[in-house]
Amino acid sequence: MKVEQISIFLENKEGRIAEVTSILYKADVNIRALSLADTNDFGVLRLIVDKPEIAEKALKDNEFTVGKTNVVAVEVDDQPGGLHKILTILDEEKINVEYMYAYVPKNVEKPIMIFRFDNIEAAINVLESNNIKVVSNTAF
Amino acid sequence: MIYNIEYETMPREAIEAIQLKRLKATLDNVYATVPFYKEKFKEAGMEPSDIKTLKDLSKVPFTVKQDLRDNYPYGMFAVPMNNVVRIHASSGTTGSPTVVGYTKRDIKTWSELMARSLAAGGATPGDIIHNAYGYGLFTGGLGVHYGAEELGASVIPVSGGNTKRQIVIMKDFGPTILTATPSYTLHLAEVANDMGIDFKDLNFKFGIFGAEPWSETMRQDIQNKLGITACDIYGLSEVMGPGVAIECFEAQKGLHVFEDHFIAEIIDPETEEVLPYGEMGELVFTSITKEAFPIIRYRTRDITSLSVEPCICGRTHVRMNKVSGRTDDMLIIRGVNVFPSQIESVLMKSNEIAPHYQLIVDREGNLDNLTVKVEIDEAHFADEVKQLQNLSNKISHNIKEYLGVSAKVKLVEPKSIARSEGKAVRVIDNRKL
Repeated sequence: MKVEQISIFLENKEGRIAEVTSILYKADVNIRALSLADTNDFGVLRLIVDKPEIAEKALKDNEFTVGKTNVVAVEVDDQPGGLHKILTILDEEKINVEYMYAYVPKNVEKPIMIFRFDNIEAAINVLESNNIKVVSNTAF
Repeated sequence: MIYNIEYETMPREAIEAIQLKRLKATLDNVYATVPFYKEKFKEAGMEPSDIKTLKDLSKVPFTVKQDLRDNYPYGMFAVPMNNVVRIHASSGTTGSPTVVGYTKRDIKTWSELMARSLAAGGATPGDIIHNAYGYGLFTGGLGVHYGAEELGASVIPVSGGNTKRQIVIMKDFGPTILTATPSYTLHLAEVANDMGIDFKDLNFKFGIFGAEPWSETMRQDIQNKLGITACDIYGLSEVMGPGVAIECFEAQKGLHVFEDHFIAEIIDPETEEVLPYGEMGELVFTSITKEAFPIIRYRTRDITSLSVEPCICGRTHVRMNKVSGRTDDMLIIRGVNVFPSQIESVLMKSNEIAPHYQLIVDREGNLDNLTVKVEIDEAHFADEVKQLQNLSNKISHNIKEYLGVSAKVKLVEPKSIARSEGKAVRVIDNRKL
């Protein structure tokens, strides 16, 4: 099971992120999780939202460069070693993590880690065969 | 000193008589030996015998850079290849560069004109010349080198780069004349300063600088920092190389064009009409003694004016003012010619698309810095930063590879580059030249 993530190219300019949030607000899109990768010149904002299609269209209509990527959302045990257990499994199976970020849902007991893998199918197989719970968009 | 008193101080009537005689011979020659010129003259409905006075030169068609590219590599040569002893090519061009050739006599002529230039800029036979122009296909290094030897000076063929080593050589070898691009000269001064060496404690007396446009302010800066007299030299490989025109150190006011070898004209770039002395326009050159690569009414795209007022140095040759701009969009960055269209073709090679881009040139300290802004599009956007950085590194690498200049590539959002009348503003030159 994969989760759809939208990513947005942002120049390092004042107020650029606020423009994104304003567009999403007007489109009645709720942001569930996000991460921002930044360099000297630009940043890439990655979002998990409740309505990815509407969010993508609204941003594109406002001339943002938007990409869609599949990522994997994984339940993590909320205790010491919870994340380590997952990373150890991935490491043993030589699954490379491109980036990851965390999200704590309201009505679910366990926090969620969003993973970006190069080989997403292999990653899901490894996780599921090790009894790690992979969740879908609807769980958000 | 004046290297060739007879020719350099000749009365104007005598210069013009020589010019007419040599022009006629050149036109006869290219008509007979270079098919390009024969066709061009025929199209214009003229023959070399129609040229009876110097004014008649205005009937002869122009030659432009594209003509040289169309005849790449040897199509414009007027002698068989076994008479060609040297080949140079223009700097920083993608696609077809412009290739020029020299016979033994051409090299001798060029050496003399460079000897005249070095002498006009203050050099004498006993001097030691530190030549920091690049050696290679670029005409700068070898042009100065042969001129220095012709003059009877000692030449240190240090070429460009390895700045710290250059400073050590300057300190140990005691050169008295510096030849380099003006921006590299200021860079040398800075590096020397960092090494705790004051240029004023070195033996330099004169400097001859060119291959890129530089301002009067920059001259003052160089003169103050180096404790020397700085003169401007002009040339382009299509016409010969450095040594087409030189400022004399006595006046430092305009560059004497060696009129016994070249005819300079100023035209209106729009109407192509020849303009009288004193008026600003595009500089056009005709070579009248070259054998391998004669050039007829070559449009340099450089904007300047000419003056025949007598000069205090005694030379009678017409003076061109410092070049004040270009009629095209060519940029000269650290001595390398860069056209925005070349950056565009590099972007197409890197990306398989023609994106929107903008060139920004700044002068930080004394060196030119080129930033290329490239608008990202969806096809090249990625959620991973490393992929975007790979893209900008690849473009930067390709620009260096194809154009020979270092550029910082900056990815920007689509439609963020200012457009005027629907057309992107391609160049922002922040240098105060």
